[in-house]
Amino acid sequence: MSLLEFARGSAMEWSLMILVAGMAWRLIGALLLRRTKDLSEPRQSALGVIGSLRAIVVRSFPHRELAMPTAFSHIVGYTMHIGIGIVVFGFIPHILFFENITGASWSGLSNNVIEISAIFAIAAMVAQLLRRILHPVLRTISTLDDYMSWLVTILPLLTGVAAHSHWISSYETVMAIHLLSVELLFVWIPFSKLMHGIWVVPSRAHLGTVFGRRGVRI
Amino acid sequence: MSAEKHSEDTLISETFADHLDRSGVSRRGFLKFCTSMATALALPAGSAEVMAEALAAAKRPTVIWLSFQECTGCTESITRSHTPTIENLIFDFISLDYHHTLQAAAGFQAEEARDQAMKDAYGKYLLIVDGSIPTKDGGIYSTIAGRTNLSMLEEVAAGAAAVISVGTCAAYGGLPHADPNPTGAVPVTDIVKDKPVMNIPGCPPIGLVMTSAIAHFLTFGRLPDMDEIGRPKAFYGDSIHDRCYRRPFYDQGLFAKSFDDEGARKGWCLYELGCKGPTTHNACATMKWNDGTSFPIESGHPCLGCSEPDFWDHGGFYDPLSTTEWGTAEGVAAAAAAGAAIGAGSAMLARGKSSEDKGESSS
Repeated sequence: MSLLEFARGSAMEWSLMILVAGMAWRLIGALLLRRTKDLSEPRQSALGVIGSLRAIVVRSFPHRELAMPTAFSHIVGYTMHIGIGIVVFGFIPHILFFENITGASWSGLSNNVIEISAIFAIAAMVAQLLRRILHPVLRTISTLDDYMSWLVTILPLLTGVAAHSHWISSYETVMAIHLLSVELLFVWIPFSKLMHGIWVVPSRAHLGTVFGRRGVRI
Repeated sequence: MSAEKHSEDTLISETFADHLDRSGVSRRGFLKFCTSMATALALPAGSAEVMAEALAAAKRPTVIWLSFQECTGCTESITRSHTPTIENLIFDFISLDYHHTLQAAAGFQAEEARDQAMKDAYGKYLLIVDGSIPTKDGGIYSTIAGRTNLSMLEEVAAGAAAVISVGTCAAYGGLPHADPNPTGAVPVTDIVKDKPVMNIPGCPPIGLVMTSAIAHFLTFGRLPDMDEIGRPKAFYGDSIHDRCYRRPFYDQGLFAKSFDDEGARKGWCLYELGCKGPTTHNACATMKWNDGTSFPIESGHPCLGCSEPDFWDHGGFYDPLSTTEWGTAEGVAAAAAAGAAIGAGSAMLARGKSSEDKGESSS
């Protein structure tokens, strides 16, 4: 069995199963936790729903007062996330991968757009790492999870660019390494901070509901 | 001495230059041939002259061609040229003393011809093999003149100067080697360990590659530089994808999605239709087939990857390279159920612990 066969076969199968099992564990485990009963009278029953929806949207943008101090995080964060999103969901070989697994398909983007997006995403991630290392507070509160999550996220980007650009002569080897790096990401997601990709919406909704019930507008 | 015998002796002792002269090929034509060979082999400037001198003086080399588990497609590829080309003269020139399909002799005479050729040029002859070698049950699944392919290869390879495995079956096992490999088929390199072996894979391989390899052997007395799986680098150094004329469409994200859609008519990239060009190394995109007329991708069909080991077992021919063997929906559902059960269990444990803590604090 070649490395590419391993990456495309059993490694992919097991990593997907670990991803799904891990996410189900985290989600069900959190959703079934006991919640303290709120005995207070809600200020307005509809506010809970509105508050949750509002929190999902509003928390995606910086508060006006904090716009400048958090500008770096927001600009670089959005650049990275949008860049990765375009690469993952816009590159035609990736769409074929999703179609193979889910049956769903959509139109892809030209490779020029994908290449530019990948470069922007990589540059943004490098900037984030430098800031994490150089900023004394960020450096102090950073854990192994932060650095590992950064590494397993950037590896598929770098190996993907290498495979696409044919930087290394053995396309099969680079392709296999790219797939293995994606599989490492799959395995890492449920057990790390990368789970924020799933938690981001329900956690904001929960926060919005709690505050909305109390009549607080966020 | 009879006229027939005299003619035979003359044929054996003639050099390649004599042969070309007899065939009516001019010096200019011969030099053009050497230049194209040197270019095809990616040899440095000046090599064409060296090749011309060496080839002109070369005596007829003895070649023994063994055909094992194969379909004769490789021989067809090499001999079926649309018009006689100067490359074919190499084949006319060599003393092909044993080849099932091409030799006039049959039965015991054919085997005697092989024995005689081996005796006359022991240690000097070139052995060409097409087809894989069955090894299961003592190799009984393919025999010639009552002998297994395995024993014949071992015997003939022992006296060869070098071995050339022609076609993917001889080079990597090919189709007979495909899962479940009922005959225990193996490539030549699994049997011949102590001789230089060059692989010219492909199903079939390109004739010019074969000719060039022989020309290189005649010129330098050794096989050309090879990659890690024994293929001449000059021809197998690039992937089909690297040299494909449809590559700009891949870069632009323009793909044919079926064999009769607009993209197919416009000649867009065949990646989505399962083209294995990015993982296949061969010279099809540059040398092409049928006298340089076209190659599979140019004819509208994805590359099957036939010059790569185990190409038959690398998933569906029409599945894009980016698809994977991700398992089954049942497997993923079982993983989700297992994860949910663990999650529910851990939540229940947390709830129980929370109740105990409350009980303790209230007491």
